Amino acid sequence: MGVFVLRRLALAVPSLLGISIVLFTVLALAPGDPFAELATNSNVPPEVRVHLRASLGLDDPVALRYLHWLAAMLRGDWGFSFISRIDVTTLIWQRVPVTLALIGSSQLLALAIALPVGTLSAVRPYSWFDRIASTIALAGFSLPTFFTGILLILVFSIKLDWLPFVYRADVEATGWAAAVEHVRQAIMPVVVLGLFQGAGWTRYVRSAVLDVVRLDHVTTARSKGLAERVVITRHVLRNALIPVVTLVALQMPTVFGGAIVTEQIFRIPGIGSLLIDAILRNDTPVIMGVTFVFSVLVILFNLVADLLYGLLDPRIAYR
Amino acid sequence: MTEQMLRELVADVRDGRLARRDFIARMVAMGVGVPLASAMLADAAVAQEAVEAPYKPTKRGGGGPLRLLLWQGPTSLNPHFATGTKDQEGSRPFYESLARYDADGAIVPVLAAEIPSRANGGIAADGLSTTWKLRKNVSWHDGQPFTADDVVFNWQYATDPAAGAFSTGFYANVKSVEKIDAATVRFNFIKPTPIWDRACSIWMIPKHVFSAYMGAKSREAPANLKPVGTGPYKFVSFTPGDLVRGEANMNYYLPNRPFFDTIELKGGGDATSAARAVLQTGEFDYAWNVQVEDSVLKAMEAGGKGRMVFKPSGNPESIFLNAADPWTEVDGERANVKSRHFAFSDPAVRKAFGLLVDRKSIQDFVYGRAAAATANALNNPAQYNSKAIVAEFNVDKANALLDAAGWKRGADGVRAKDGKRLKLVFQTSINSVRQKVQSIVKQACAKAGIELELKTVQASVFFSSDQTNPDTYGKFFADIEMYLNTRAGTDPDRFMQQWVSWEICQKSNGWQWQNKTRWSSPEYDKAFRAAELELDPVKRAALFIQMNDMACNAGHVVPVAVRAQVTALSKSIVAPLTGWDLDLSGLHDWYRA
Repeated sequence: MGVFVLRRLALAVPSLLGISIVLFTVLALAPGDPFAELATNSNVPPEVRVHLRASLGLDDPVALRYLHWLAAMLRGDWGFSFISRIDVTTLIWQRVPVTLALIGSSQLLALAIALPVGTLSAVRPYSWFDRIASTIALAGFSLPTFFTGILLILVFSIKLDWLPFVYRADVEATGWAAAVEHVRQAIMPVVVLGLFQGAGWTRYVRSAVLDVVRLDHVTTARSKGLAERVVITRHVLRNALIPVVTLVALQMPTVFGGAIVTEQIFRIPGIGSLLIDAILRNDTPVIMGVTFVFSVLVILFNLVADLLYGLLDPRIAYR
Repeated sequence: MTEQMLRELVADVRDGRLARRDFIARMVAMGVGVPLASAMLADAAVAQEAVEAPYKPTKRGGGGPLRLLLWQGPTSLNPHFATGTKDQEGSRPFYESLARYDADGAIVPVLAAEIPSRANGGIAADGLSTTWKLRKNVSWHDGQPFTADDVVFNWQYATDPAAGAFSTGFYANVKSVEKIDAATVRFNFIKPTPIWDRACSIWMIPKHVFSAYMGAKSREAPANLKPVGTGPYKFVSFTPGDLVRGEANMNYYLPNRPFFDTIELKGGGDATSAARAVLQTGEFDYAWNVQVEDSVLKAMEAGGKGRMVFKPSGNPESIFLNAADPWTEVDGERANVKSRHFAFSDPAVRKAFGLLVDRKSIQDFVYGRAAAATANALNNPAQYNSKAIVAEFNVDKANALLDAAGWKRGADGVRAKDGKRLKLVFQTSINSVRQKVQSIVKQACAKAGIELELKTVQASVFFSSDQTNPDTYGKFFADIEMYLNTRAGTDPDRFMQQWVSWEICQKSNGWQWQNKTRWSSPEYDKAFRAAELELDPVKRAALFIQMNDMACNAGHVVPVAVRAQVTALSKSIVAPLTGWDLDLSGLHDWYRA
């Protein structure tokens, strides 16, 4: 197994290199530059823009720029944003806590819904509970987050005036008041994301449990006279969750990446909104930094998913 | 408009027959920026009456929090690197400039003790320098005094080529900044200038904090993220693109200011929901640059929690007609200055196109309160009217003009002459308002037998300095294009350069220069050269107005509307906003009634 992990990690290096080359080339070939806003300001002479471009190395050949970036990256220097001139690592780290807290809790909410609801639906397929749960789940993952988000804002912020719809990472209060404020402002985004994710997972858990519940060992367990609760938790869920765990593990990079649309609607300062701002302003170093983190996470969690598979199901061997 | 008429106008303002505000608006409409218009009045010793509502609070602080929402969050708090308006607004609570423009376009001192004028000896007779007297009781947030050394330092800091600061543009004509004594500085110029107003755009950063971080090291300064300024609010915390927080500066040099205990600038999201947070839920007190359809805003305002404020800014949205041929390569480049556009070289086509811009519909259906169709701005009382520029919408007349010029309708209704069909490409940046204007123009053109193909380009591409991209507004590889120039708060010299022959965009200058349409005329060049040397503000303004007329009459520019600065404010906030400067330029005077 150790050899397997090492081999996979070694293989990750060329993949990352490839990814970074593709990303960098695409960004370099994309039209535009970060100084569009200066263009129509008649106070700024064009020479200033030309000079700015040159000083940021934007006029160098793509290959040269890539090598510069790679060399700096290998030294641990992620570069700095063309727009704010702040280090990319600083920018990313600033966004990590909010992203993890918010998206993390929405994933927990999704799991808290998907596991019990999915299992119950599968244990009693085509019952009233299953039908209602399936209908809601279908509606849940058919409605996009930008729709449910705005709907919640209209109802809970504008009509009822219960919840704020602008997220503040830095609330003014302290102590308990701050905690309450944090929870209040997190409710809507967490619910929007959690329900969307949970709806999809519910369907997934249901079908996974359905597959297992018909297997012979479950019938054996039942015929031994084990309580239904024990049958479901020990014999059904444990096997059914193997594909679900993989799915959740593969979703982890998304947790880190945030949810661009939801972050935009609720003005959450997460990594997703950092990325979208950077893309809109052609801020190459930040785009490279964030997407690079994503690629690392995707590769890493693919490996984690593979390892988890083996742990949960000893029939799978690593060679 | 002649110099004599201008002098009469100035006299009218002096004697109270014409409001200062109207005078400034008229001058801006005719292409004279606010600084010059203001200088004309100052030169004639027209007193600046206090037009802004009086400041009522009688003590410092105690006003609770002030919450501002910018749908694009500030990303940098060093004003020398504040490339976008949002960054400039973001650093404004902490940093101040020597002077600012108030709602009436008058220059009012901020860090300066008084505005230089010829009367007080601040403007040298030869136009080669201006001398600024500084306020004496100003200190930085860390307690150090603000002195002439700081002003000199800002010039050195911005113009250091290794720094790559965008503010170097503000010092373009400055030879040196010289300290006379602790509270006096002199700006020496390369060329004589009748007024040097760019002090209004330059925010002062402290020498003792930044002097170790000049040039290439400018990026490493810790104060880039933790500003130390002279402004009404002191820095508390900053997350780029998201949140800026500040607290009242209890040692501010103006009495009873600031009013609010804390200030918060939140970024992100979109303009519509920003307006909603102010007008409907009242979560915020102010929303910046709310470019949203007027009908939507009116519905939100009905809630009664807030109000919209529209300030004329004098920034014209204009349509430009290419003088060169964008479709054929001459000397290895398209739209070469030596080539001639097949249709727009015919004055009848230009004139007809001018008649096909339906400003009334654009005003009514697109902009609403957010802009004034420039036809109105030019329709001043006859006495002031800038002679023959008639902003008329008349399809019949356009048809008659084209018929007379020999452009015959083909079987498909599109006109042609000498085998060339009047099928033109009209490009602009992606923006729902601009796309609506495009389609209104397209409809009218179709009625006159001109077929328009609409093209839209992502704004970050359209306005970029990227030389390899064919879709930039500088290359202008299309027949027609539309964009907005910000010009009001600046001296017209830069703005008017867009028609001089030596500024024509070409391959040799990387398509970076000012003259995008490639139209030029020797008379215009001559008038521009004369204006550069003219020190009498009235004569100078007359020259610029004359140039504006030449450009408009040539028909290569078709003004559409003058956009307003659109702001949402909560009901209780009293904020002296101005269309001629940043929204937050008067932040020290904001309070809650």
